[in-house]
Amino acid sequence: MKTFRLLLFVAVFILGVAITSAQAVMDIQWWHAHGGGLGEKVNAIAAGFNKSQSMYKVVATYKGNYHDTMTAGIAAFRSKNPPHILQVFEVGTATMMAAKAAIKPVYEVMGESGLPFDPKAYLPTVTGYYTTPDGRMLSMPFNSSTPVLYYNVEAFRKAGLDPNKPPKTWPEVAEYCRKLVKSGYPAGFSTSWISWIHIENFSAWHNVPIGTKANGFGGLDTEFTYNSPLHVKHIQQLADWQKEKIFIYGGRRNLGNAKFYSGEVAMYTESSAGYAGCKKTCKFPFRTSMLPYWPDAPGAPQNTIIGGASLWVMAGHSPEEYRGVATFFSYLSSPAVQADWHQFTGYLPITTDAYHLTKGQGFYEKNPGMETALKQMTLNKPTENSKGLRFGNFVQVRDINYNELEAIFVGKKNAKKGLGDAVAAGNKLLRKFERANR
Amino acid sequence: MEKRVVFNNKVLPYLLVAPQIIITLVFFIWPASQALYQSVLQEDPFGLSSTFVGLANFFDIFTDDVYLRSIQVTTIFSFSVAAIAMSTALLLAVMADRVIRAATTYKTLIIWPYAVAPVAAAVLWYFLFSPTVGIVAFYLKILGYEWNHTLKGGQALFLVIIAAAWREISYNFLFFLAGLQAIPRSFIEAAAIDGASPGKRFWTVVFPLLSPTVFFLIVVNIVYAFFDTFGVIHAITEGGPNEATNILVFKVYHDGFLSLELGSSAAQSVILMIIVISLTVIQFRYIERRVHY
Repeated sequence: MKTFRLLLFVAVFILGVAITSAQAVMDIQWWHAHGGGLGEKVNAIAAGFNKSQSMYKVVATYKGNYHDTMTAGIAAFRSKNPPHILQVFEVGTATMMAAKAAIKPVYEVMGESGLPFDPKAYLPTVTGYYTTPDGRMLSMPFNSSTPVLYYNVEAFRKAGLDPNKPPKTWPEVAEYCRKLVKSGYPAGFSTSWISWIHIENFSAWHNVPIGTKANGFGGLDTEFTYNSPLHVKHIQQLADWQKEKIFIYGGRRNLGNAKFYSGEVAMYTESSAGYAGCKKTCKFPFRTSMLPYWPDAPGAPQNTIIGGASLWVMAGHSPEEYRGVATFFSYLSSPAVQADWHQFTGYLPITTDAYHLTKGQGFYEKNPGMETALKQMTLNKPTENSKGLRFGNFVQVRDINYNELEAIFVGKKNAKKGLGDAVAAGNKLLRKFERANR
Repeated sequence: MEKRVVFNNKVLPYLLVAPQIIITLVFFIWPASQALYQSVLQEDPFGLSSTFVGLANFFDIFTDDVYLRSIQVTTIFSFSVAAIAMSTALLLAVMADRVIRAATTYKTLIIWPYAVAPVAAAVLWYFLFSPTVGIVAFYLKILGYEWNHTLKGGQALFLVIIAAAWREISYNFLFFLAGLQAIPRSFIEAAAIDGASPGKRFWTVVFPLLSPTVFFLIVVNIVYAFFDTFGVIHAITEGGPNEATNILVFKVYHDGFLSLELGSSAAQSVILMIIVISLTVIQFRYIERRVHY
């Protein structure tokens, strides 16, 4: 009798759990790569969505840096347990696109959900990166930024330079830097993300191709071309400028940030998303302006391209779950959420509505540095060379660029040889990607 | 009457060794066989398509300049780490052996770094030598020496060698001290009575008696430098600048987890597996038998 009672109890308990879980909200897993303050903001977005409706619950999980997050997502897919939404950095785009059986394109998710979805509402320079040539959105842009020039206002004043007139061209940068060095600054300018800023964005900004076939959008049989005379001139100039301390290499990724924060250099090319971090750390007033360009290059200035990450929907979930994802994406794209994200982080808003909302709130008048990126992105209608890039194995290509640029800056190679070697090694990776994804 | 303990249970012995066998199977044999299997495949990151390519991955590796350079860097790195860590530890052990007052304090302080996690140690060294905010880099600049390991390969290699060796000194110190204390005092006293100077006593009496410890530590240190220094490289240089510190084990991680080239990465780890197996064989078959007195 006792056993029977126990069994009965267990049965009731199991039944109870089953009923509650059937009634419970559906979990949507979102794996992302934002730690610290940004991570809290991501959690706040998820919490905001969960409060706004009662059907779905977005669970945001921090999975480490971009590489870690992507690797975790891939490993989860291989063990047949992928998250619903995976944040992947922009250079992983081609890899995700090629994995057709592993992903569900965003246009499909949105289309099947029946929720209103207008791809035209999004900023073309942002979505262009994540869209097929015929305009179908593959992944949802989330955090996008573009490089701008940061400058130290205090240093400018000390060197007798007008902070209201930041340098517009590279020769002007050199001239300003000479004055800054003369006034006692150890060096003129440095940069973060050198491949992204001084090769990829440099190309778009000067309207020259990074690779053939419309920077890879036109097909897998693309080849790199960033060893053109203009590229060689720019990189060689950076290397030569080291002697006069006009330019100083700050290391890979954004390791050079410390150089600007500590006042070692007075100018710095860095992602617009670095604005919040800079504001928090820098003990001096600073401003931003558009990236410098070479005045003798016919196409400059064109517009810059983005970096950052987008949200990919993973394959292998039920239609109801995809409806949840679509509902979340609609929430995420709403002007209020986007404007808040943009104003808090310095990332670009992904919709034009969010941009206008922010403008209408008078945000840019209070934070003039925050609009530079948007102005620069939308300066001209994007061309084939400035829409973005889509190359396979691009994560490795960036590593090759770091290595070759380091060889150039240390004087082992000249720019022509170094960039030539980088392009040759990069083309090998492109062929490998082409073979693997034919 | 003879008393003998006899276990008649046929199952118990197997049960007792089972945990060890299961752990070896799950954490070594299974992953190792997976690596072997992966190394002959060419696969996309998601595992959607995979083709058998035979030994093509191995062929690619050995014709790749980056890999050959990595072998070279690894060799320089490992031998330098072993040499620096062992010679410094030996010197410290000989000195500590002679200390009479507060000996325990000295020993504790020297052993301490071993408790520091490799990554934490690496970050510490990174901050000391950071070209922008590092105190050592700052003083070097005052002395007129430009320190920038983010750009200069030689400096970067030097820095990771120091950072990797620092921690290993403590480990070697322990073994050397134990080895020194196992040498009977009478040997050294006899040599002293015969008129041998302290230097002579060390090289002709103490050092030969330490040789088993030395050979053991050579193998252990090289294995450490080959495989356990991943954290140091990852935290300080990430293999750069211009591949100057890209050691084999970091390259396996880099190609597998960052570049998502699973086949090549697996092939590289198979090569590393062969290296560690042969080092172990050398250790057991050759050195342990040859070194005696």
